[in-house]
Amino acid sequence: MEVNVENKFVVQNLNLFYKDVQALRSISMEIMKQQITALIGPSGCGKTTFLRVLNRMNDLIEGVRIDGTVLLDDQDIFGPDVDVVNLRKRVGMVFQRPNPFPMSVYDNVAYGPRIHGQKNKSQLDQIVEKSLRSAALWDEVSNRLFKSALGLSGGQQQRLCIARLLAVEPEVVLMDEPTSALDPLSTLKIEELLRDLKNHYTIVIVTHNMQQAARVSDSTAFFLNGDMVEFGPTETLFTRPKDQRTEDYITGRFG
Amino acid sequence: MSNRQLNSQLAYDKLFRYIFIISAVMVSFVIFSIIIFVSKQGLQTFQDISFWEFHTGTIWNPPVQFGAVPFIVGSVSVTLLAIALGGPLGLAGAIFMAKVAPPWVREIMRPATDLFVGIPSVVYGWVGLTVFLPIISKYTSGPGFGLFLAGVILAIMILPTVISISEDALRAVPKSLEAGSYALGATRWQTIYRVLIPASLPGLVTALILGMARAIGETMAVAMVIGNSPQLAGSLFGPTATLTTEIILSMGQTPFGSPWNNALFYMAFTLLMISLSMILLIKFVVNRRLVNEQ
Repeated sequence: MEVNVENKFVVQNLNLFYKDVQALRSISMEIMKQQITALIGPSGCGKTTFLRVLNRMNDLIEGVRIDGTVLLDDQDIFGPDVDVVNLRKRVGMVFQRPNPFPMSVYDNVAYGPRIHGQKNKSQLDQIVEKSLRSAALWDEVSNRLFKSALGLSGGQQQRLCIARLLAVEPEVVLMDEPTSALDPLSTLKIEELLRDLKNHYTIVIVTHNMQQAARVSDSTAFFLNGDMVEFGPTETLFTRPKDQRTEDYITGRFG
Repeated sequence: MSNRQLNSQLAYDKLFRYIFIISAVMVSFVIFSIIIFVSKQGLQTFQDISFWEFHTGTIWNPPVQFGAVPFIVGSVSVTLLAIALGGPLGLAGAIFMAKVAPPWVREIMRPATDLFVGIPSVVYGWVGLTVFLPIISKYTSGPGFGLFLAGVILAIMILPTVISISEDALRAVPKSLEAGSYALGATRWQTIYRVLIPASLPGLVTALILGMARAIGETMAVAMVIGNSPQLAGSLFGPTATLTTEIILSMGQTPFGSPWNNALFYMAFTLLMISLSMILLIKFVVNRRLVNEQ
């Protein structure tokens, strides 16, 4: 079978400093289209920071300095003519804790299309239904679309946040430990969802949970203290790691 | 923890519990006694003066005629003017300080705003007389004293209250909501307008209520600029009076217990009621909105 090996992101020699501290050291990697790439490593290793580079969420934090290049479809995302708003529309993000807006389920999902200019009511209705279905949430919320999203359970809220993102039709979905605040059942639902989503989207997921990385991802990168120690196909990385540190981490000797 | 330590800890907790309860009771007691005293003294007015005349009459000519409508209309209109002018400006200032200004600008502006709260109202009155009065007088070719000038001065006076409380409310919105909005490709303005403002609405309303409470109760600055003429303002720029200004200007010349003096008490009571009902109305509207969303 022919494997799709087109690049979505090409990262070259990326360094990131937070004030005087170097948080990422010469990271180079390629993220493949329509694959799930997992970033693993102990707390504070830089995996979340790296994820936030990919849609320039670090711009919102003061004192962050970045050098190196990150190409999205061959275009440098730090280039002078890049529109950050448009970049974030193409590369969306789901956060560690569900963060639905304090408004109705419908308005949460319609938020993205609305800010991007969609006003047509029936179009919005369609987008909302389609996105909620894609996030496997439609059946649970179709009878309470106009009630506050804050009344949903944590797992439902996180799927709502995914639906909210899908409504913008991004090309890449970044996920920062999307299941760390959820119970096992909700986690399972989201993992199933990820496998469906990868047919249409490129997904990069940061996870604390190595089993999760092994279960859902195609490629895995192992970060440690700001370095990317090893990057390769998930199966290889988990069964025949090249680096001793990777082996120590995945066998649970630290982390 | 030993049993004895535990017991003394429990006794200590109990003691403080009672101290807090007593404080709460005392505060409510003071507030209710004010309302009761003012209403009791005020309601005696109607032994001598017709209730109907006081609430509908427009001629204030004590001790003959007691039509208080000009003052009621005056108080309500200066307050609404103050909110209409100061509310949007204060909200804009709060948004600027909380979400737009670089940190060093905020570090200067925030203490400056807080200092403004401490400026005595007489000073605002002077500013009104020396800065704004000539301008208004020039453009309306009148004396300048009146409703509009009072509204402008009150709008400036409520700004610090509105700004600092709205700013706190805006800053209290979890950063994660903002990040969520940016991650969907929203601009800063869209994020402010569609996420931050709705999420901080209860706090913003509190800011407006407190601003309004300050405006409706303000006396000195208003008395200096409104013209103190006990009649309805013929126009936006016409001179008039408010409940508060009439109370301070007349109370010195009326003996306690006289109908005129009682009428002043009743005016204070009316002011209290207007203020309370405005607050309750706003709270009711906002609560209904919030409940609808749940």
